Amino acid sequence: MIPNPMLPDVNVPDVIQNIPLLHYLVLSTLLFVIGIIGVLTRRNAIVIFMSVELMLNAANLLLIAFSSYRSDPAGQVFVFFIMAVAAAEVAVGLAIIVMIYRNTRNTDVGFLNKLKW
Amino acid sequence: MSPSLLVLIPLLPLIGFLVNGLGFTRIPKSLVGIIGTLAVLGSFVLSLLTFNAFLASGSQPLIVPLFDWITVGSLNIPFSFQVDQLSLLMLLIITGVGSLIHIYSIGYMHHDPGFGKFFAYLNLFLFFMLLLVLGSNYVVMFIGWEGVGLCSYLLIGFWNKNTNYNNAARKAFIMNRVGDLGFLLGIFTIITTFGSVEYLEVFSKASEFSIGDPVIIAITAFLFIGAMGKSAQIPLYTWLPDAMAGPTPVSALIHAATMVTAGIYMVIRSNVLYSLAPSTLEIVGIIGAATALFAASIGLLQNDIKKVLAYSTVSQLGYMFMGLGAMAYSASMFHVITHAFFKALLFLGAGSVIHAMSDEQDIRSMGGLRKKLPVTFITFFIATWAISGLPPFSGFFSKDEILAHVFEHNKLLWVIGVFGSVMTSFYMFRLLFLTFFGTFRGTHEQEHHLHESPASMTIPLIILAVLSAVGGAIGVPEALHGSHHLAEFMSPLYDAARQVNPAAFLPTTLSHSEEYLLMGISVAAAAISAIVAYVMYVQKASVPAPDSEEKSALQNLIYNKYYVDELYDNVFVKPTKTLSNAFYSFGEFFVDLFVNGAARLIRFLASLLRKTQTGSTGDYVFAMVLGIVVILFWKLLL
Repeated sequence: MIPNPMLPDVNVPDVIQNIPLLHYLVLSTLLFVIGIIGVLTRRNAIVIFMSVELMLNAANLLLIAFSSYRSDPAGQVFVFFIMAVAAAEVAVGLAIIVMIYRNTRNTDVGFLNKLKW
Repeated sequence: MSPSLLVLIPLLPLIGFLVNGLGFTRIPKSLVGIIGTLAVLGSFVLSLLTFNAFLASGSQPLIVPLFDWITVGSLNIPFSFQVDQLSLLMLLIITGVGSLIHIYSIGYMHHDPGFGKFFAYLNLFLFFMLLLVLGSNYVVMFIGWEGVGLCSYLLIGFWNKNTNYNNAARKAFIMNRVGDLGFLLGIFTIITTFGSVEYLEVFSKASEFSIGDPVIIAITAFLFIGAMGKSAQIPLYTWLPDAMAGPTPVSALIHAATMVTAGIYMVIRSNVLYSLAPSTLEIVGIIGAATALFAASIGLLQNDIKKVLAYSTVSQLGYMFMGLGAMAYSASMFHVITHAFFKALLFLGAGSVIHAMSDEQDIRSMGGLRKKLPVTFITFFIATWAISGLPPFSGFFSKDEILAHVFEHNKLLWVIGVFGSVMTSFYMFRLLFLTFFGTFRGTHEQEHHLHESPASMTIPLIILAVLSAVGGAIGVPEALHGSHHLAEFMSPLYDAARQVNPAAFLPTTLSHSEEYLLMGISVAAAAISAIVAYVMYVQKASVPAPDSEEKSALQNLIYNKYYVDELYDNVFVKPTKTLSNAFYSFGEFFVDLFVNGAARLIRFLASLLRKTQTGSTGDYVFAMVLGIVVILFWKLLL
């Protein structure tokens, strides 16, 4: 059993400890940054949407990782909630994109620039 | 008498107003008149039932509480009705004369495009008037007081395409506001003095005050200012003659029979307070007498048929206040009743004449209408006879009773009163002779068009003529071997006043022979001036000169109503206008400077900030990410 420097009092199973917590942190940070860059650089609404989902799941991953390393199920419950809400959000978001497509015949967000001075 | 039935009395006209007012574009014309008239007739029938029930239950005053209205601290103002002798008499006059005038209006207003609007306003007026007389406290009376003022305004300016008419309406409204301010101050003083506005409570507490107490004098004086405005007394009378701009039935109902008597009603209602303030009553009497004489003298030379009647109304109201000044409350009420009959009749008769003359109102263009309009002529004649105070018609009894009381009280006022009645008789007979006698002086077209009015107009005339003729029977003086039913009926109203000021209610000291003498003098004076009018306008057939002709200075003075309107215009209206213009330009400059300056500053800042709104989604997302990063760093690192 490898001592956990961050959580000295909690016993974490070996199976989990095979991959250190730091890896999860790095992975989810990478996912999140990819998501941000995607949102900032892409113009296709669907890709932006996917990037947003990526960011959302990066956060989910982080929550689960901490939850496991602390042996605290609250984080996992939280993730389930986020997934349910995300599903609803996807339904609404995709519906909006479909409507945008019907009106402008493409999904380029650059076309939606009517709300400026 | 169940309370719910009593509530219906004012409610029926309100329902009529709502139905006609909301739906007059959809309801057919024939139905509008029927709805409006039925609403009032219903009220009249209910008033009669209430009257009978009141007599049957032994003439006990009845308070009908409807709901608690205002409760502030220790002051509680309920919304309740009071049924007693005074409110019942007013109810009967208002709904009775009101019904007749509604029926008349169906014929008179038939060709008017605003037929439905007219009936809606008339019904609304009746609602407020009934509220005024039914309320059991000064605040409910005040609602009615303001409401009738509003309806008066709406109906004077009924033909609102004419600017002069609108100005007349505004004049009436503003002058009434001056009086209303006095009335309000009176109510406030009552609240601070007695802690209540309920009549019964105020009057029972007032009996603890001594005669001539300054507080009571202040209250009565304030209330009287209100009465001056509403009942067109000097100095607030000039709106009433101008109010003739409204349709003639309105003049008959509002500006002769009912609304303008609200001031008299209010004084009689507050008789306890007034009996405690003899000095206020002195003022009331003097103002009444002055108005009676002043208005009558203006009436002498007017040539507009409705203007003559308007000044006559002002003058008759003056008589009523003169009677109040002599604490002859019942006599004044008697005159209110008979005046409602004969003055409504005169106005409706004048309306019938105007209707026949194709909207001509100048008596110089009339003449000889007797044969073409027989019913109108006979009824008008009866009314003229009555208002002149000639026996045996109603005006004789009521006016002589007032004059007898005034004689007892103050001989000088009596002389003024008799002098006024000489003038009344002269201008009324002048009007009658110029309109109905001699030869026709109008255009050929008008002569061709002359016709008697339809039955819906003549029947109210006939009913009112009968009432004007026999109405005096309710108050035949003892000297003429009659019994004064009205005075007996109203006597319980003064019980409280009798206790606080017994000296004022002593039985008359005039002997029968003195009374005969007084009657003889006033009748003879009225008869002589009627004869003078006959000689001038029938035998010599003289016609008042056209406006273009030169007149003597005195004639000019009277013809132009003593230039009172011009005086008010110069003293009050023009300075006010100048002042408000000055304030207006001040506001234009400084206020606009600030307001516009603030607006320009904001617009400038906005023009800088709105550059951030690029419209590109990417920029917004970038701003959002940037914002999140900043917040994170701020929260985590700082």
